[in-house]
Amino acid sequence: MSISISNISKSYKKAKALQDISFDVKPGELFGLIGPDGAGKTTLFRVLTTLLIANEGNATVAGFDVVDDYKSIRKNVGYMPGKFSLYQDLTVEENLKFFATIFGTTIEENYDLIKEIYVQIEPFKDRRAGKLSGGMKQKLALCCALIHKPKVLFLDEPTTGVDPVSRKEFWDMLKRLQQKHITILVSTPYMDEAALCDRIALIQDGKILEIDSPEAIVKNYTKQIYNVRANNMYLLINSLKEYEYNHSVYPFGEFVHYTNSRTDFNPENLKVFLESKSLIDIEIKKTVATIEDTFMELAK
Amino acid sequence: MSNEKVIQVEGLTKMFGDFTAVNDITFEVNKGEIFGFLGANGAGKTTAMKMLIGISKPTSGKAKVAGFDVFKHAEDIKKNIGYMSQKFALYDDLTVKENITFFGGIYGLPRKRIKEKSNVLIEELGLEQVANKLVGSLPLGWKQKLSFSVSLLHDPKIVFLDEPTGGVDPITRRQFWEMIYKAANNGTTVFVTTHYMDEAEYCDRVSIMVNGKIEALDTPKKLKEQFKVANMNDVFLKLARG
Repeated sequence: MSISISNISKSYKKAKALQDISFDVKPGELFGLIGPDGAGKTTLFRVLTTLLIANEGNATVAGFDVVDDYKSIRKNVGYMPGKFSLYQDLTVEENLKFFATIFGTTIEENYDLIKEIYVQIEPFKDRRAGKLSGGMKQKLALCCALIHKPKVLFLDEPTTGVDPVSRKEFWDMLKRLQQKHITILVSTPYMDEAALCDRIALIQDGKILEIDSPEAIVKNYTKQIYNVRANNMYLLINSLKEYEYNHSVYPFGEFVHYTNSRTDFNPENLKVFLESKSLIDIEIKKTVATIEDTFMELAK
Repeated sequence: MSNEKVIQVEGLTKMFGDFTAVNDITFEVNKGEIFGFLGANGAGKTTAMKMLIGISKPTSGKAKVAGFDVFKHAEDIKKNIGYMSQKFALYDDLTVKENITFFGGIYGLPRKRIKEKSNVLIEELGLEQVANKLVGSLPLGWKQKLSFSVSLLHDPKIVFLDEPTGGVDPITRRQFWEMIYKAANNGTTVFVTTHYMDEAEYCDRVSIMVNGKIEALDTPKKLKEQFKVANMNDVFLKLARG
């Protein structure tokens, strides 16, 4: 296993940041930790990158124990924290050179690993890191985390605050890195990015809700979801919540995702009910669950 | 939603030296509409929004917000709009009640009105138990909901929200959208700036800015049909990548 986590718990004063977390990440796997702010994602990253000691449990990364062999781990992992942590006053090239030197290597030695990413920021190599756009900062940070050819790469919310175009490019880069046999643990609050991982762990309030492949997680959702739409969203949501035997009512973009607790639920009856609430242009159609539906059902 | 226009923008332009940050944009927003204002980083949406809320003077063009001209009556605009930043902007060291009282005072509401509003708001948000607790100790989702309610304290005609639900858990995020729908249903116009495309899916209409210009403006449904894709993320990718 590239990462092996057994019964890790961590508290800050009264707050339980992580509660009995266990999972493994296989070599070469792209594993996603999916959860909102405050779920415990960063705490877990800090434990695994030896920056924080857990209260209970143990973990190994690249075969090394996070407490006993912390020095070996630091040589073998790359870590891109959620907050931009490069030197703002150094140029792009200086930052990269600095990180290479710290790890006793050179840019040339591992250039093939970062080449594809670095060529995109190379035109700005003399610009100070603090003056880069969000997307470029993120590319530079990834280069710096890779320059010593780590076995395991930790990316803490690399796409938060990044626009969809840069996000797409970033995930394409991760897929290519994976082909170079680097194990990747990535965290994100975006549920739609879950589908891009081999396996994911859904995490909330310091607890793992479920671990599986994205396809399997969606399949495990057993209820039939209906996409419901009408002319007035606010009235529609309130009416659906009033409807007898409703199981869940969640706005989902232009629709509401609705589930009913009865097995003999008939959409026609619901339509009649909604009409009685003076809604018009009513549409009720079956749809399939997304990762977000599953997440909400588990977190309920 | 009514046909009354609360934002009217025509040929609005902002230049910084030789650089055109906002290039001749034209659009209107209706009363009670949820309007999504999208764009990549650096596309010009923040600059455009700063002009609309009266804190940046346009180089040229025309714009009326809540009935006031952005050139002549910027101060009146500020009194008639609410604003909620993506960065939490209430005071962590004040309690829930104190924050409400403070912002009510800033907006010039009479003391009695603040008291009434405060009680209603705390009850609606289910914050009775924590009304006298410091805001800093609340979970993120509660803070966001409180912050939105505070931006509506003075019954503004328009509320500007900057990436309102980023990072919030999926259930809280939906409670937040329910609050937005409620405000819109009461006639408040909601102007959402975001680059989270799933937030865009909730809006009545969205505009997408690319390099300072509005390159698309319609309902999410029609935009998806027009670009023949399944979601707003793909609409955005098609537009922004050209």
